[in-house]
Amino acid sequence: MTMFQTFRTALKALMINKLRSILTALGVVIGVAAVVAMMAIGEGAKAQIQATFDAMGTNMLTISPGSSNTGGTRGGAGSRYTLTWNDLTAIRTTIPTVAHAAAQLRSNSQVMSAYENWQTSIIGTSPDYFAIRNWDAASGGLFTEQDVSSGNKVAVLGASVAEMLFGMDADPVGQTIRIRNVPFQVVGVLAPKGQTGMGNDNDDVVIVPESAYRTKIQGGLNQYIQGSLMVTAVDANALSRAQAQITELLRERHKLAPDAEDDFRIRNMAEIADARQAGTQTLTILLASIAAVSLLVGGIGVMNIMLVSVTERTREIGLRMAVGAKPHHILSQFLVEAVTLSMIGGFLGIAIGVVAAYAVAGQLGWPILFHPGVAILAVVFSVLVGVGFGLYPAQKASRLHPIDALRFE
Amino acid sequence: MNPIIRLEGITKVYGEGETTVHALRGATLSTHEGEFVAVMGPSGSGKSTLMNVIGCLDQPSGGKYVLGGKDVSTLDAEALAEIRNQLLGFVFQSFNLLPRTSAVENVELPMVYAGVPARERRERAIEALGRVGLGNRLDHRPNQLSGGQQQRVAIARAIVNRPHVIVADEPTGALDSRTSLEIMALFQELVAAGMTVVLVTHEPDIAAYAGRLLLVRDGEIVSDEKQTPVAAAAQVEVLRS
Repeated sequence: MTMFQTFRTALKALMINKLRSILTALGVVIGVAAVVAMMAIGEGAKAQIQATFDAMGTNMLTISPGSSNTGGTRGGAGSRYTLTWNDLTAIRTTIPTVAHAAAQLRSNSQVMSAYENWQTSIIGTSPDYFAIRNWDAASGGLFTEQDVSSGNKVAVLGASVAEMLFGMDADPVGQTIRIRNVPFQVVGVLAPKGQTGMGNDNDDVVIVPESAYRTKIQGGLNQYIQGSLMVTAVDANALSRAQAQITELLRERHKLAPDAEDDFRIRNMAEIADARQAGTQTLTILLASIAAVSLLVGGIGVMNIMLVSVTERTREIGLRMAVGAKPHHILSQFLVEAVTLSMIGGFLGIAIGVVAAYAVAGQLGWPILFHPGVAILAVVFSVLVGVGFGLYPAQKASRLHPIDALRFE
Repeated sequence: MNPIIRLEGITKVYGEGETTVHALRGATLSTHEGEFVAVMGPSGSGKSTLMNVIGCLDQPSGGKYVLGGKDVSTLDAEALAEIRNQLLGFVFQSFNLLPRTSAVENVELPMVYAGVPARERRERAIEALGRVGLGNRLDHRPNQLSGGQQQRVAIARAIVNRPHVIVADEPTGALDSRTSLEIMALFQELVAAGMTVVLVTHEPDIAAYAGRLLLVRDGEIVSDEKQTPVAAAAQVEVLRS
């Protein structure tokens, strides 16, 4: 008996009880669809998080000043300025694993152009900032070290701000904006970056040299940095080494006793990204597990119906044995039937799962990540379900004694 | 001439301990090519067990069974399946045709397990159906056929692999007397063509068409006599006229 013959016999047997076969396959369809959809959605969520962290830069440390402690009342992070401009210079120049370091002074302010006004974030920093954020100008240029040291009142606009102040297609380069009534000349507009990891608009920002920021916006020069530092390492592998070296350097510079707490906080973006990724991973596994349970239930349905089928067709089995079917013929007949059932369910399930994943991803604005591997996995899964849950009924059938089977009523 | 079926002291015991049933207590029998053997006996006599052993559906507990020159008394399930496929054909009281399956496909079934190629299978199945007078019912399904026609399909299925022996278990039990007669005429035709038929029945009328009559009682063959068979074909002719 050829494989093709066996398959044809199986299809024919399944066609006899169409509704029953469809309902049984439906269990597998739902299970496989759930697994495929959950895995595709999980992959999509992971890619979404990856993308937002890539936009932020993952090869990055942020150093914030520590908390104040006045008579036992501890303020929150950043409640006391502990980082100095000299600390920044020391980090930039003495630590070999650090590629770029920049201060980030930040405040919200109303910004005016000749046509419009708009409240946005003003960031005071140095050119290293653009390297750290991996951010280029879409038109015009970025400001330079020269601008910083001379205290030039120049500004680089985020794409959203440029649009708000100057309209869609206008080129603001060379124009003047006013921040707190101080005129700044626009030297460039940044390439759009989209959303931050927290859902804020990266492009809703105006970036100016820290010198001009300190004198014109913050008001008053101060040896302390009233903001945080951003640092990148020479490569991703050096990040944790850089973190350790900066910690050591800052403790030494701040003359902290060995048992004293750090008066600053270093956050490792790669670690945060990894943690977020791991969280999504866990969620994906959780969802896939739940989906796998429904696949298991589908498999039990297959087994149930195969057991019914074996009982119903006991006489047929007896007859087949009488005319020469060997036990393995009967075994493969019922096994192929179960596998056919679950494989049809598997293919339908993949189709439905992919459609569902696209629908969900479309709703949430996530990238759709569908690995062909998931489809192969789902087919393999459904075949395994067929074999796993079909084996027992098929074995039961093949072990029948021809006489008992023929006499079965 | 070598016997087709040779049973030597066949015993069959079911169960253990107090519930032991001795279904066969040393049956000895030998049949030749072209013999039509009827087996009769009251229910519980062991005639069904005898038939199952002859049909290689069951293994004897003791004794020796040589079928077509091959000792089959100690074969396992796989090997017995092959013997049934190649050397034996079965006809049952309840026809046992596959439902929702055409006559010709039902007849093809033994050849499917014999590994005969599809085209040859179809040719031989059509030929066998022609032999039992159903050449014009090839694509009919069992539920579109009368009882007699269904039994003819079953007989076509039994002979299609050209077996040595046909084992028929009450083949006319579910048929009216006229159709029974036609079926017996068909068996006699096959016997005349050199096939051995072992027929189990409890109707003396039916046993009368066989050339040899075995009586089984309490697991033993108590009588084994040759007889002059009644010609079924002639009776069919009479009924027709």
